[in-house]
Amino acid sequence: MNTATLQAQDSAGLSAGTPLLLEIKDLYVHFDVYGGTLKVLDGVNFTVRSGEKVGLVGETGCGKTTTMKAILRILPMPPARIPGGEIYFKGQDILKMGEADLRRVRSEGISMIFQDPTAALNPVFTIGQQLEAVVKYSLEGKKLSRREIRERAIIPLREVALPDPERMLDSYPIQLSGGMRQRVCIAMALVASRELLIADEPGTSLDVTIQDQILRLLHRLVEEKNVSVILITHTLGVVRETTDRVYVMYAGNMVEAADTRELFARPMHPYTRGLMDAVPRLTGGGIAGGIRGRIPDYLDPPPGCRFHPRCDHAMDICRQEKPPFYRLSDNHEVACFLYRDGG
Amino acid sequence: MTTDILTVTNLKKYFVIGHSGILKRKPITVKAVDGVSFTVKEGETFGLVGESGSGKSTVAYTTIGMYRPTAGNISFRGQNLFEGNRTRPLALKKEIQIVFQDPGSSLNPRRNIRQILELPLRIHRPGDNRLEEIVRLLEMVELPPDYMHKYPQMLGGGEKQMVAIARALATEPSFIILDEPTSALDVSIQAKIINLLIRLQDEFHLSYLFITHDLSLMRNVASRVAIMYLGKICEVAEAAEFFRNPYHPYTQMLLSAIPVVSEEEEKLKPKKIISTGEIPSPVNIPSGCSFHLRCPKKMDICSEVDPVMVEVEEGHTVRCHLYGQP
Repeated sequence: MNTATLQAQDSAGLSAGTPLLLEIKDLYVHFDVYGGTLKVLDGVNFTVRSGEKVGLVGETGCGKTTTMKAILRILPMPPARIPGGEIYFKGQDILKMGEADLRRVRSEGISMIFQDPTAALNPVFTIGQQLEAVVKYSLEGKKLSRREIRERAIIPLREVALPDPERMLDSYPIQLSGGMRQRVCIAMALVASRELLIADEPGTSLDVTIQDQILRLLHRLVEEKNVSVILITHTLGVVRETTDRVYVMYAGNMVEAADTRELFARPMHPYTRGLMDAVPRLTGGGIAGGIRGRIPDYLDPPPGCRFHPRCDHAMDICRQEKPPFYRLSDNHEVACFLYRDGG
Repeated sequence: MTTDILTVTNLKKYFVIGHSGILKRKPITVKAVDGVSFTVKEGETFGLVGESGSGKSTVAYTTIGMYRPTAGNISFRGQNLFEGNRTRPLALKKEIQIVFQDPGSSLNPRRNIRQILELPLRIHRPGDNRLEEIVRLLEMVELPPDYMHKYPQMLGGGEKQMVAIARALATEPSFIILDEPTSALDVSIQAKIINLLIRLQDEFHLSYLFITHDLSLMRNVASRVAIMYLGKICEVAEAAEFFRNPYHPYTQMLLSAIPVVSEEEEKLKPKKIISTGEIPSPVNIPSGCSFHLRCPKKMDICSEVDPVMVEVEEGHTVRCHLYGQP
């Protein structure tokens, strides 16, 4: 897999005709608020290849969800503004698309599962009505009759192992438990065939045994349907168990990208290391001290590397320049001046 | 030999959530806590683990005095917490304090930190110099003294939780209930709070009742752990023993579901158990052992008879039919 990976990454600059499914290039997102401009995303680069499962980790407020919302162009604008950057989906820039193309991407290309299934489902429509709407407006749905649409809607409910799917179609979201609602959301994301699935913390609001079931279900369906996945989470353990490649994000920047095994074996960026040490282990032995300070104020983010005020290894250059990605090995890149001579 | 600081005996807390029947006279009850017994020793951290709806917070709220128990008893250093119908004496309130899960809603947004910390001082320690004491409290939780002029919304989640901890410490308690103190926070901040709590425990010889749903966190902070499921405790053991040798199928399921970050941890997880089903509603608790619907090792007896606690090893008790009377 490694050589193919590399070629894909090396040819990333060539936009059209590459094997990349999604490519974000130097994306900036700002929010105009009372008191100034929140400079949230600060030059994000991110790629997903066909069939790949990519993880995106970072603490609350580091811009994970903002990045994903930018992909689907569902950021509220204003206050959000995209002053720079490109988002290529299958070679086409989403940011430059017209309404019709955009609708096609949303209904046939990319789907998203949100963190809170209660907020993602409309409380006044039945599960069936909501699922059928997805089928109806999908690529195949336009020529189907009402009965066929209903039959189509039952299939994903069965796939996500919900009991009694026929009855489920006539239930309202409030009648279901949290785990069941999240299964419905997954069903909704998978009912029409898509190429990319964005899962934004799909298990975080659920109990650990339910989270485990949801993640296993997602994993199985993704394998079966050969869908690419972006899994967003702040739980490192979830990423380790479910993805091929990981991006670590801090304050609107990607700070480290590596194959999952590689990242967990050799975390390089001081932030990644701090995060890794802070995770409580089943083997015991106490917990490290965490990372001092907190995520910067986006109204006035620190110059240079945004992590330098919290970093124990900060040097003069960190306060002035933003570190580029340094390639440590074929499958490991890190944005930190500590590694400018190749680590 | 350490002494017991808190003893909970056969604690029951039922809530009436409505009425059924033609005349609406038959109460519908939720058995939030249904016969829980455990003891917390002086100076230890006792962990209470369970999924949402298992009744772990109800145990905490009953201990602190927000609810009166339906049946059963809680005693603190030999003194019954619910004697007669009187309100709890001030001296007892001073000894037992609580830190809630969400510091965003447990701190009054209209009061600054100084006012928040002043209240317990005024009530419980009227003679002391308050300003001096507030500075000392802030120092204890590693916050600079000028924070006393800030309002809660000006602080980050971790800092708010530190203020909540300082407020609990203000009465100089000997027992603190920590109700998921870090589950709303990021791991890097969680680590800071946990280390702070451990340091304070050493310094002031505190006993903690630590409630969480995170087993890997529990492994690192608790000396003994109890697992709750639908209002009942199903397993109690020393923390290290617990993770080395889990007996109850529910414990095994919980352990196998934890996402971990290293190979060594992976080896500790029971492999064969796959988590299924969800915690049933506490209104309709299944007959017999309440876990039998999800249990991979279910036997015929499980749906009929509720098992009793048996001691499988010294200090390790489990409530499951698989481990019969010794």
